[in-house]
Amino acid sequence: MSEHIVPTRVYYTIFGILMLCTYLTVQIAVFDLGPLNTIAALVIAVLKATLVVLFFMHVKYSTRLTWAVVLSSVFWLGIMLALTLSDYLTRSWRTFG
Amino acid sequence: MPEAVHHHHPALAHHFDDLAQQKEAATLGMWVFLATEVLFFGGLFLVYSVYRAWYAGAFAVASHELDVTLGTINTAVLITSSLTMALAVHAAQLGQRRLVILFLVATMALGAVFLGIKGVEYYHKFVEHHVPGPSFAFEPHEYARHAQIFFSLYFIMTGLHALHMVIGLGIMTWMLWWAWRGTITAEYYSPIEVSGLYWHFVDIVWIFLFPLLYLIGRHA
Repeated sequence: MSEHIVPTRVYYTIFGILMLCTYLTVQIAVFDLGPLNTIAALVIAVLKATLVVLFFMHVKYSTRLTWAVVLSSVFWLGIMLALTLSDYLTRSWRTFG
Repeated sequence: MPEAVHHHHPALAHHFDDLAQQKEAATLGMWVFLATEVLFFGGLFLVYSVYRAWYAGAFAVASHELDVTLGTINTAVLITSSLTMALAVHAAQLGQRRLVILFLVATMALGAVFLGIKGVEYYHKFVEHHVPGPSFAFEPHEYARHAQIFFSLYFIMTGLHALHMVIGLGIMTWMLWWAWRGTITAEYYSPIEVSGLYWHFVDIVWIFLFPLLYLIGRHA
């Protein structure tokens, strides 16, 4: 498990996908899709980050304890973002713009 | 005591049973540190989200002032540095000393290119008076106040990211020394692996910074 050696072919494939995703996110940003612009950008960024974490950072081949730490960091980040934004984004008396 | 540890690997600390356990502990320790880093940068992304929701118009116009070409090149440079980092770890696992050195140097060179391009971008911002402070100027004028908030976030977030890159270069210099003098072997490569985790994390931060800072005003 700790001696798992990933073939370099996997790294080159992930690299190719990451570059393709970078190209896509730049191209998509030119079109006016309303709120979908931000959603598309974030979906692509999350996909890229996930690939880096799983393959470049070897989490796919790591212990369950490592998985727990990785997932809890995302979970805590989610709590921080969700609870704070649920306040700021629902103050309808505020003038946006 | 020296007799008792004589048959152990020189890199094995006495409180671990074997190198595999030691490596697992080192990896876990780095991940716990990275979890704190996620929340550290997360706070800034949170501030960004709130201000962007409030001042979406000004943020889009201000974002349009950033150089998307340089930003895209830097994204590609950083992703490539993550590839060379992964290949350095791979070479270390196989005990290929020369390849470890080669890929570490490549990773550092790409990191330096990233910082150089970032420096050029910062220079442009100074020339254009887009650095927050008394000399800040922005057209159209009605967006100036909120555009200054965007540029404050731009400099804080990319600046903190750049600081992490500088620290990463320091760590890689250290790893280069260890690889050079032969400390890194197929049995004991966890220092390279753990340094790689840090390097990839810094890459991930940029993967989010790039679209959120550079691309939100493209269609405006």
